[in-house]
Order: sequence, then structure tokens, then C-alpha cells
Amino acid sequence: MELKSGSNLEKVLTAGHFAFTGELGPPRGANGEEVKEKAAHLKGMVDAVNITDNQTAMVRMSSWAASLILLQEGLEPNFQMVCRDRNRLAMQADILGAYAHGIKNMLCLSGDHQQFGDHPQSLGVFDIDSMQLIAMVKKMRDEGQFLSGAELHGVPKMFIGAAANPFAEPFEWRVHRLAKKINAGVDFIQTQCIYNMEKFREWVKRANDMGLTEKVHILAGVTPMKSVGMARYMQKKVPGMDVPEDVIKRLQGAGKGKVADEGIKFACEQIEEFKEMKGVDGVHLMAIEWEHKVPEIAERAGVLPRPEVD
Amino acid sequence: MIVAKRKPFEEIKNMLKDYKKVLNVGCGTCVAVCLAGGEKEVDVLTAELDMARKLDNNPVELGKTTVERQCDREYLEALDSMVEDYDALLSMACGAGIQFLAERYPDKPVFPAVDTSFIGVNQDVGWYEERCRSCSSCVLGMTGGICPVTMCAKGLYNGPCGGTNNGSCEIHQDQPCAWYMIYERLSKQGRLDSIMEVVPPQDWQNQTPRTVIQPGYKKPEKD
Repeated sequence: MELKSGSNLEKVLTAGHFAFTGELGPPRGANGEEVKEKAAHLKGMVDAVNITDNQTAMVRMSSWAASLILLQEGLEPNFQMVCRDRNRLAMQADILGAYAHGIKNMLCLSGDHQQFGDHPQSLGVFDIDSMQLIAMVKKMRDEGQFLSGAELHGVPKMFIGAAANPFAEPFEWRVHRLAKKINAGVDFIQTQCIYNMEKFREWVKRANDMGLTEKVHILAGVTPMKSVGMARYMQKKVPGMDVPEDVIKRLQGAGKGKVADEGIKFACEQIEEFKEMKGVDGVHLMAIEWEHKVPEIAERAGVLPRPEVD
Repeated sequence: MIVAKRKPFEEIKNMLKDYKKVLNVGCGTCVAVCLAGGEKEVDVLTAELDMARKLDNNPVELGKTTVERQCDREYLEALDSMVEDYDALLSMACGAGIQFLAERYPDKPVFPAVDTSFIGVNQDVGWYEERCRSCSSCVLGMTGGICPVTMCAKGLYNGPCGGTNNGSCEIHQDQPCAWYMIYERLSKQGRLDSIMEVVPPQDWQNQTPRTVIQPGYKKPEKD
């Protein structure tokens, strides 16, 4: 079968393996060693690593630059790009540059509003939105053209990803928005962190019923809870996040010193269910500032060793 | 209408501190309706300036007048005979009116007394809300009469994003999510089909100064 990008993530998914991706937030400074330290925990544990792009609208080392460090360390990056900080010229330029350096996956996002971050006074660009970004990357890859229609000399063969939030209102529309992303040209989806399993099952069922899961690889988003405080914060403060009360009760019931372990246990149970769930092709593990725990989680979730696909 | 907000008094006073004869020019249209720069506001600001400059031992000779529309030559003409008596002009019109005034009297320093805010609606007396960014390519037909460019904090053409929070925007609980409202309205009208297709990137037309010449009209030819 002919691959679109030839990335490891694409190969793993195309071969029918259950994919397992990780995430790494670049540092708030120029220290590349921090990227290397975090990457070391993820090596051999995941098929690709998302490199966030000024996540929560806080300035960090640029996503493509941290992605290059990852490549040098022998890991495969999934280069995240948000629409908040660049116009279509800068986006296309970065896509070309990233690909020239060997980056083969990218994740197309709108981006958190700048008001959340450390420069709330800044101008939000949003020249194009995430849907239009997906279509632009596809046009560059499949038609060999810039957004303007001009011919590209050298085509970026990206494996195109996007996010989906099955929980944010209006729920009824979420599966249609997924369909729009597929029509725009997305190859894989990584979902928002899942805690409300019932709602997620319903969303996947609808996606299955509409035939969408045959057209796109869905990776279920998992973030293990480290503490009750973190769970409460995500429940109350993070827009679009759905943390049911019984998840919090379960963590509270774990007892002193055992909450983090209970969080990992819950995550592993989720992963077990996702392995069997029709329409789900993998898991995206977002162990936020908990990269060193990834080997343990991967081990306990039974996703090791990672497949090697030629 | 165009909605404006009067600048802080200290800022206005500071701009004018070196001028001894100032004419305060109000505008009788949008800024009068939104209580920022009409005849009444001209009276109040002029009195405030007069008093403050006296207290500062820096008295100023102030004139005041309000024209029907500062963005219209026909009405500005009435000022021609007055302006020469003053060494600076203060305008309480919107940004367009201020510039048209400055353009007509290029030798006179012109200062803004208001911050022009947005194109909006009158929710109640003294309460105005933005509704239009004048993008030059209206999509309201597709979006159920709710503007995603203005009302979505990210100006998304293919929303809603993942930050919708029980119908609110991620930036604030009190800010409704534009795309949530669009969905609800179109759903009730049985018109969800109109947002099923991916909207292509916008051809931004507000990146250079725009001109409109209506059908049947033309710019006068240059000599």
C-alpha cells in the first residue's frame, strides 16, 4: 500500500497496529537539554511524540525547533501547529521547513485563545482556522500547490492530524465536525482527554454509524490524573473538559499517597477498553509534565514493545 | 451604528495643554446616539476643560459646535468660517469623522476626544454591543444571522472549537459561544445543511483602505 507520508505513525496505523503516541511540551526557555531529558523517557515507548505549539498560549521554544531536537534524539515528532500565532504565509513556510528537516506528522489546531496565556495583549492571528489548515496541508501534499494555487517545488508529504473534542457542546454537532475534518483531508484524530467514558462511547458509536471511523484513524486521548486537585482543576477550569464526579470520588477514595497510582490505574483500564473499541485505532497519552511516568504507564497498559513496521 | 467611548479626561487635557484657543466639534449622528460625542457631551466636556484649565492656571478659550455628520463634507462646510479663530480642534466624532475634519483643515492640529470602539447595537440606553467587523464579505446568510468573525473570539469560519463550555466561549463564562448559538439557531430552523461544508479560507479585504463606489456613480475625474 502506498503511504501518504511514510511516517512511523502512519506505518503503525496502516499496518493495523494499536497506535500509542505521547506528548512533550517544549521548555519556557532556550535550553534544548530539557527537551532531550523529556524525550529520553519517551524513547521506545511511543510511536510518535506530539510537540505542542505555545500550549495554553504561553510562549515556549517553537514547536518545529523542539521537533528537530526530537528527531536528533531518534524519536518521531508530531509537529503541532496552531492558527493563533501565524498567518498563512508563515504557516506554509514552517510546514516546508519542518518537512525539509524530516518532520512527517503534523497536528492542525485552532489554538487556545491568547487571553489565557502570558501575552494576553497580543493580536490573535486566526487568518485561517484548523479546518482550513488541514485542507491547506492536504493541498500542499496531494496537489503540490500552495494555498494560492502556485506550484510547489518539492512537496511536504505530511501525515495530517487534527484534534476532536467529543465532549464540548453542542454534543450533537461534534460528530458532524469530525466529518468536516475528514472532508477537509485529515488522516488521524487525537481526541481531548477522556474521562466521561459513557459520552465517549456514544460519540464513537455515532462516528461508526456514519462510517467516519473507516475514513480516519482515531486515537483516544488519555491523561492520567496525578491528584484530586488536578482532577478538580480540569473539571472546573479547563474549557471543554468533562470530568464526571465519580472519577473524582474514585481518586478521593484511593487514600493518602495512592491517588496518582489510582489515576494511572484508571488510565490503564481506559486503554484496555480502547484496545477493544470499534472505531478506535490507538491512544494518545498526554502525561502532562509527567513524561518520566510514561514507561511505567506503557508497561502497565500492555502496549509494549512498540511495533516496528518497515 | 458606530459606537465610541470618551477618552479619559486627563488624556484629553494633556493633549490640549499647549493650545490656548480650542474648538470642540461634536457629531450629531452615531456618537450622539451612543452618548459619546453629541451636543450634550460637547457641552459637558467643554465645561470640564474650561474649569480644569482655570484650576491649572492655564486658561483656555473654548468654542463648541456640533455638526450633523463629521464624515460628510456638506456639513463640515459650516465650520470653515469658525476654524480660523482657533489654534487647535478637538473632535468628538468617530475615527472617520476626526480624520475628515483633519483633512479639511490640514494646517490645524486636530485631537480625538473619543476612542472609536465598534459597529454595534443599542441593547438599552447606554449599553451597546459589538456585532460587525465590516469584513467586506458577509456570511450571515450561512450562519443564521450570527457573525462568527465578530462574535467568535477566534473568528472561526468552521467552528465551534473545542473550548465551548456549556454554551459559553472559552474566554469568559459571560460570553456566549458564537458557534453554539449558530448551531442552535440553524438547528431550530432546520438549516444545519448550510454549515456542513468546509468554508474555504477567507479572502481578507480589510487589509488595505477600502473604497465603495455604488453602481451608477463614479469618482470625479482628476484634472
